[in-house]
Amino acid sequence: MQDSAVERARNAGKRLFHFHGGLRLHHHKQASCQVAVQSVAIPPRLYIPLMQHAGPEATPLVGTGAHVLKGEPVARFNEPSIGYVHAPTSGTIAAIARQAITHPSGLEGLCVVLKPDGLDRWTRLQPMEHWQSADPELIRQRLCESGIVGLGGAVFPTSRKVEEARNFGIHTLILNGAECEPYISCDEMLMREQPDKVVLGALILQKAVAAEQVIIAIEDQMEEVFSALQAAISNADCTHMRLVKVRTIYPEGGEKQLIQVLTGLEIPAGCRPPELGLLCQNVATAAAVAEAVTEGKPLVQRIVTVTGNGVKRPHNLLALIGTPISTLVDACGGYTHDAARLVLGGPLMGYALASDQNPVIKAANCILVLSNRDIQSDQAEMPCIRCGECARVCPALLLPQTLNWQIRNDLLDDASDSGLGECIECGCCDYVCPSHIPLAEWFRFGKSEHQLLAMERSQSNLARDRYLAREARLEQLKQDRERRLGEKKQALRDRTSVTGGTMGQGPA
Amino acid sequence: MSLAIFSIGLLGTVCGLGLGWAAKSLRAETDPIVDRIDRLLPQTQCGKCNFKGCRPYAEAIAAGQAEINQCPPGGEAGIRALADLLGREPLPLNPANGLEKPAAVAVIDELVCIGCTLCIEACPVDAILGATKQMHTVIAAECTGCELCLPPCPVDCIVMEIPEAIDRRRRPRPALAAGAS
Repeated sequence: MQDSAVERARNAGKRLFHFHGGLRLHHHKQASCQVAVQSVAIPPRLYIPLMQHAGPEATPLVGTGAHVLKGEPVARFNEPSIGYVHAPTSGTIAAIARQAITHPSGLEGLCVVLKPDGLDRWTRLQPMEHWQSADPELIRQRLCESGIVGLGGAVFPTSRKVEEARNFGIHTLILNGAECEPYISCDEMLMREQPDKVVLGALILQKAVAAEQVIIAIEDQMEEVFSALQAAISNADCTHMRLVKVRTIYPEGGEKQLIQVLTGLEIPAGCRPPELGLLCQNVATAAAVAEAVTEGKPLVQRIVTVTGNGVKRPHNLLALIGTPISTLVDACGGYTHDAARLVLGGPLMGYALASDQNPVIKAANCILVLSNRDIQSDQAEMPCIRCGECARVCPALLLPQTLNWQIRNDLLDDASDSGLGECIECGCCDYVCPSHIPLAEWFRFGKSEHQLLAMERSQSNLARDRYLAREARLEQLKQDRERRLGEKKQALRDRTSVTGGTMGQGPA
Repeated sequence: MSLAIFSIGLLGTVCGLGLGWAAKSLRAETDPIVDRIDRLLPQTQCGKCNFKGCRPYAEAIAAGQAEINQCPPGGEAGIRALADLLGREPLPLNPANGLEKPAAVAVIDELVCIGCTLCIEACPVDAILGATKQMHTVIAAECTGCELCLPPCPVDCIVMEIPEAIDRRRRPRPALAAGAS
């Protein structure tokens, strides 16, 4: 069974499969794909959040007033295998203060505020000249130091993923270029404009995890990307790399869904792809890997799609991390008169932002400005009618209506048993719900509540253990004291009886 | 006839032996209901319930010697959970035991602390570190916020602080539209 699964995983991409559910959606990608990617001018202030992904914030390495060069580390994470936060341009540190960070909670977080000097001077770069013959561990360390994270949206540290992949042993590296969510086109533009960098990054990652083959998966409607990548692959002369077109169905760009399309295998709940010998990386991550290894440049910028009916000239922009979103919108001609809502990410998985002063983060693949007519709901939320449409489209094979009912009634453990953790928050259920119930929103809420509950539980378990340990210790001390007291009394009694016996009388 | 008596008798003996063995070797060491009550209590170990800690309170509830509304840190949600478990009606929190407060941790003003170790002795979860005439400090991750260290302190250098939003992953509860189920 296991062997046949691995065998099928090895044959990934030779035959295409389907995953359950999913939706065919309008693309809305043309708007932002008409013109080449443009760089955004350096703004007067950059706000670099110290919380870049799950886990604690990084610790600042520089103080206010310090001068830093582009690419110099300004903060480091305390955990191993997660590296540094880098200065996106040269300048002076204006402050290290709490600012609104780009996060669904809308809370503030610690940011390094950088005042650029306009020179954009790089720190001394140390490219790895001979990465082909380098130790894979050195490549992994380089990824860690360069702050490379998954740019598909989850921002999981790439070095950690590589480390995990090496432990399991990988035969196939899958580069995910199936950018399935409507409106987003940053990966498509990257693959069109810099196919060589993507292919180079793929080769470096292949070397880092010692994979036998690489598959680059793109959507079947990306014709230009196909020819560009095809040319790049033949230029690089790599025989173990294949380009596969997958059918455009949302959300086939999800890691587990893409693997199912390519191999026909379902990744079991709670498992990760490396357990089947597969590793999935986003194409933009691969390009960042290529820059980090061959040029020595840390991840300080990314391509962001700025699009939607609320913005005048939709564009793909190359922006420094920390650039306020308003700068990006201005570079696209500003808002239209009926712009109504700012969303980070796509229309299905993104979250609304409170302000356009929030900075660009590594996860920011798209800034979607919706207009009034986009967000007008034709109907208010209604009770669930148990139609089951949501279960029919769910790519994770869950029962969204059951989960919805459980989360609303605070039955978080039950929801977790029903597979809440496997929900990829793709929003398909939301989209088809005839009662307009914001299902995905409830699932995100339920996940965060369940996480908090688990945290509280582990804390109370710790308190219980420590309380019981203390009680046991105090009891032991009490017994010891009583025993010692008893022994002393006994000794005293023995002595008095002995002295009384030999001398005939006790001391006066 | 005799076969029937014999077989039923044999069956009874086998079942009896099986039950006898199970009663001995599969016996629960502790009262499972106490464990289940204890799991619902917040483990603050504050003693506001008039018992020495959460486990003694759980034992008292199981024995019917205490009401379920004596735990201020557990609050209304805790009382509801206990009521659900025990099949009782939820009661309002007994104000004699204290009021429900947001979770807090103790913080020692280390400039004022004289190193008397009284708070170390008072802490039910050993979350205070220090020695005689040495500065003391609270291990915030292990502090339950029980407030038991406040009264013994001779220089009143311990304050309760509500930690700022520890978890940024928290999402707002989706707005409930009118008429939704």
